Amino acid sequence: MTTIWILAKRELKSFFDSLLAYITIIAFLVFTGLFTWIIGRTVFLMSEASMQSFFGVAYWALFFFIPALTMKLIAEEHSSGTLELILTKPISERQLVLGKFLAVFILIALSLMLTLPYYITIASIGPIDHGATTLGYLGLLLMSAAYIGIGIFASSLTSNQIVSFLLALFIGIFFHLLFELIARYFPGAIGNTLSYLSLSTHYESITRGVVDSRDIIYFLAVVFLSLFGAQMAISRRNYTN
Amino acid sequence: MDIIVDNISKHFGTQKAVDQVSFQVKTGEILGFLGPNGAGKSTTMRAITCYLTPTSGDIRVGGYSIHENPEEIKQNIGYLPESNPLYQDMPVLDYLRFVAEIHKIPKEKIPGRIREMVRTCGLEAEKHKKIAELSKGYKQRVGLAQALIHDPQVLVLDEPTSGLDPNQIIEIRELIREIGREKTVILSSHILAEVEATCDRILIINDGKIVADGTSSDLRKKAQNKEILKITIEDADKNDIFKALQSLQNTQMVDILSQSGNSFELQSKPGTSSRRDVFRLCVDRDWMLTEMTPTETKLEDIFRELTMN
Repeated sequence: MTTIWILAKRELKSFFDSLLAYITIIAFLVFTGLFTWIIGRTVFLMSEASMQSFFGVAYWALFFFIPALTMKLIAEEHSSGTLELILTKPISERQLVLGKFLAVFILIALSLMLTLPYYITIASIGPIDHGATTLGYLGLLLMSAAYIGIGIFASSLTSNQIVSFLLALFIGIFFHLLFELIARYFPGAIGNTLSYLSLSTHYESITRGVVDSRDIIYFLAVVFLSLFGAQMAISRRNYTN
Repeated sequence: MDIIVDNISKHFGTQKAVDQVSFQVKTGEILGFLGPNGAGKSTTMRAITCYLTPTSGDIRVGGYSIHENPEEIKQNIGYLPESNPLYQDMPVLDYLRFVAEIHKIPKEKIPGRIREMVRTCGLEAEKHKKIAELSKGYKQRVGLAQALIHDPQVLVLDEPTSGLDPNQIIEIRELIREIGREKTVILSSHILAEVEATCDRILIINDGKIVADGTSSDLRKKAQNKEILKITIEDADKNDIFKALQSLQNTQMVDILSQSGNSFELQSKPGTSSRRDVFRLCVDRDWMLTEMTPTETKLEDIFRELTMN
C-alpha cells in the first residue's frame, strides 16, 4: 500500500506542477457551473431543488475530462523510457497501475468535492432529496473509476498520448452511449448482454436511488478488467524489441 | 552478493537477442561488458535487473531467483539504464526523495542519504533545478545518484560515462572503483580504455553469445600468442631483407611498413618468436639493425577480431 501511495503522490504532484490539475478542475467547475446555473435546463428553469441538471452535465464532462488526465500516464513512461526505470525499482506492474489509478481518482474526487457548494446552495433554496444527491455523487465516482480504468488501459497500449486520448474516448463511447443504442436493435440475449455492458444503464439505476449489488459489481469489474489489461499491455515489452 | 547468470536466452519473435549466456560475477568484482551495438548487452542487463524475463534460463542475485523473488533483487540492485531515462518534470531533490521512498529507506535517514548523493555525485549547484533543465552530464550524475541512493549491493550500469566530460569521466570511474571494492558491479561501455581501466574482468559478447571472458591481460595473452615485431634494418636492399625475413623458420607474414625507410612488420607463427633469428640474420649478413620493437596487441584489435563477422 505504501508503495502505491508514494507512486500516487508523485503522480498528483506532477498533475499540480504541470498546471494540468488546476486547468482540469477550473474547466470542470466552469463547465458544470454554466450548465447548472445559467445555460439550458438549469436549476431555475426546472424550478425544483434538485441536483439533476448538475449530474447530467457532470456525466458528460467527466467522460471527456478523464481521458485528458489519463492519456499520458503510461504512454509517457513508454515514450520517455522511464518505464524501465520504474519497473527496475521494487515496484510491481500492479502497484504501478494502481498508483496511477489512485492519483487520478483522488483528483476527480477533489473536483467533485469542489461542487459541494452547488449542493449547499440548492439545499438552502428548497427541500432537496439528500438521498438522491448522495447516490448521484456515488454514481459519478463509480463512473469515473470505470473511465479512469479504461483511460489507463488505453494509455498502456501506445506511446503516443494523442492516440491514447482518442482510444480512451473510442472505448469509452461504447460504454457511455453505443452499447445502449445498439442493444435496442437486438432483442433477446444479445440485447440484454449489451444493455448490461452499457455503463449508462448502471449509472442511471444508481442515480434513480436503487443501489443494486449488480451495479456495484459491474463498475468494479470494469475497473478490475481494464487495470488488468493495462498490466498485461505493460508486460508486452517482453515480446517486442 | 554475487550474480549467477545461468544459461539465459531471450527471443523477440524470431530474433535471438541473447543466446544461452552463462557467467558469474563475485562480490567485490567489477565486470566490464563489451560488445558491438545490438550484441545483447542491454538485454542481458535488463534481464538481471528484472525488467525483461528471459525466454529460458535463470539468473540468481545473492541467491534470489529473478523468477521467484524479483522484488528482493530489485531492492538490492542499483541500475542506470542505457538512455538514462528520468522524470524530466521533477526537481533533482524531489526525484531523489521519491526514489529513496520507493526503496523504503527509513524516513529519518532520507535527508542524510540525499545529502550524501548530492555530494558524491557533485550535484550541489544544480540540486534545485528541474531535471529537464540540466545538461547531459548533470543528468547522468542524477542517474547515478538514483542508482546509488539506497546503497545497493549490486550495481548495474549501462554506459555510465556517456555524455560526461573527461574530468567527470575520471571522477565517475574512481567512484565506480571505490564502490566496486565491496559491491558487485557490472558495467557496459563502448570505450575499451575505460573498461580496461575500471574493470577487473572483461566479458565480450557478440550476436548474443559470449566470445571472450577474462582479465584484460588474459585476453591480451591469448591474442599475443602471435608475436608481431616492428623491424628496421639499414645498409641493405629492401628486397633482400624482405626475402631473408620471409625465409626465417618462424615467420608467418612480413609486411613492408614504409616505402622510404626499410621498416617491416614481421608476424611469427603462433607460439613462436623470431627475435633471435632476426638478430642472427643481421649479424650473418652484416646488416645494421636499428629497431626491433614488439607491438603490443591492443584491446581494440582483440575486440575487432572477436566481433567482426
